[in-house]
Amino acid sequence: MTAIYILWLRQIKRYLRSRSRIIGSLGQPALFLVALGFGFGPIFQKAGIGNYLDFLAPGVISQGILFTAIFSGIDLIWDRQFGFLKETLVAPVPRLSIMIGRTLGGATIATIQGIFVLILTLIIGFRPQNLYLLPLTLSFMFLMALLFTALGTAIASTLNDFQGFQLIMNFLVMPLFFLSGALFPLQSAPPFLQIIAKVDPLSYGVDSLRTTLSGISTLGVFTDFLVLGILTGIVLIIGSYLFSKIQI
Amino acid sequence: MANMKAAIMVRNLTKKFYNFTAVDNISFEVEGGEIFAFLGPNGAGKSTTIKMLTTLLNPTSGEVEIAGVNPIKNQDAARKNFGIVFQDPSLDDELTAYENMEFHGILYKVDKKTRQTRIEELLKIVELWDRKNDLVKTFSGGMRRRLEIARGLLHHPKIFFLDEPTVGLDPQTRNQIWNYILNLNKKEDITIFFTTHYMEEAEKVAGRVAIIDHGKIISQGTVLKLKEQTHSKSLEDAFLSLTGKNIREEEANPQDRMRLRHNMWRKNK
Repeated sequence: MTAIYILWLRQIKRYLRSRSRIIGSLGQPALFLVALGFGFGPIFQKAGIGNYLDFLAPGVISQGILFTAIFSGIDLIWDRQFGFLKETLVAPVPRLSIMIGRTLGGATIATIQGIFVLILTLIIGFRPQNLYLLPLTLSFMFLMALLFTALGTAIASTLNDFQGFQLIMNFLVMPLFFLSGALFPLQSAPPFLQIIAKVDPLSYGVDSLRTTLSGISTLGVFTDFLVLGILTGIVLIIGSYLFSKIQI
Repeated sequence: MANMKAAIMVRNLTKKFYNFTAVDNISFEVEGGEIFAFLGPNGAGKSTTIKMLTTLLNPTSGEVEIAGVNPIKNQDAARKNFGIVFQDPSLDDELTAYENMEFHGILYKVDKKTRQTRIEELLKIVELWDRKNDLVKTFSGGMRRRLEIARGLLHHPKIFFLDEPTVGLDPQTRNQIWNYILNLNKKEDITIFFTTHYMEEAEKVAGRVAIIDHGKIISQGTVLKLKEQTHSKSLEDAFLSLTGKNIREEEANPQDRMRLRHNMWRKNK
């Protein structure tokens, strides 16, 4: 238990000490909110689908969580390259605890980052429908963060260096984001896109935040919870297995 | 089967990376409480052997026991019995010196009170107590090395692996650190297994020595025996006469080799 805690604490300390990273990773969501929010807002309005910012804000929060979570998982590669991973791997602590500590740390960071993006959306003019649902929103944010941190860790367990980084960015993170319906309504999208979106786990995250923050639901919040929960479980199991197989 | 007294038992241990044999059918035993030097030129297979002894790498074939525990089958149990100082850096740059120590102490379940006394004691020995609250990324190479040794000594393990622990340190610090290690060895009967390129260091502290070259152990025994065997005056001369005087190319380590072959997707063999 203390091992999980100290690994979690380490991730948090590292995060809080890299101010430039915190601010840097707010740049992209800010850009999406300003460029897309204000740019597409009027068209959205004309199409009669409602306020685009209400629609977009949960999507951009999800994006912030997705990126931070995957990259804190992938952070494992840094630890491997800088040697710190060895220090944890030879310690008399089950690798499962190490994996869980790291993942919880990464997920906490991603959730905090999501909260920062939420604050950003408030500054830009977004107003949540029902403040009483905020705890539920935060729970979903954490679940999403957990899923993607575990995914990042699982992937990083099989990588030796950053050669594959671009591949992950372009063939995993970007598609997860753009095909999730974070930016556009899925109902009016072509069927093939709808099918892809249904396979994309981020769609359920986006939907859960959209339901609890803006009152717009397409997939159903119960389905969202079920899909995210089960997937998190599966990815954690696979990730722990891959992590336990790491050799230096 | 195994000698009950043996702290480390290695039998016919082999590690192959694809068609390269890093460690070639080596056998040796280290008894409890012994100080054992594992010597060899660069790229001889020292670090690969240590990695196999410390659960970081699975052998291709052969048997290993660490304090009677098989580190391949029973990793967690084996890890409880040893401590290690790695050849290459393994500190967290974004944490302070104290936090690095604290992290280690908690992972190794050293209770709070012991942890605090020992961290202070050790950081004072390596003269980093004044810098305890500075981030490691501000430290020089020598300071990092000192911190790593202090950290490795924080929990008093049954077996202590030191992979070139004193490289890049000045004689004063080296002397201090060896005194602390020797004292531990005497007081707590800790087995010491170390590699070094400083032959006079090995000659001074090691009870027994094994010399490995090209993955094979070419000689082992007491320092005296090795000197007699090669008719040499010092261990350095014995070492040179056993391994030859040619300078070894510092070859890419096995991990680099793997990286070259498999740019990104790792394959376990």
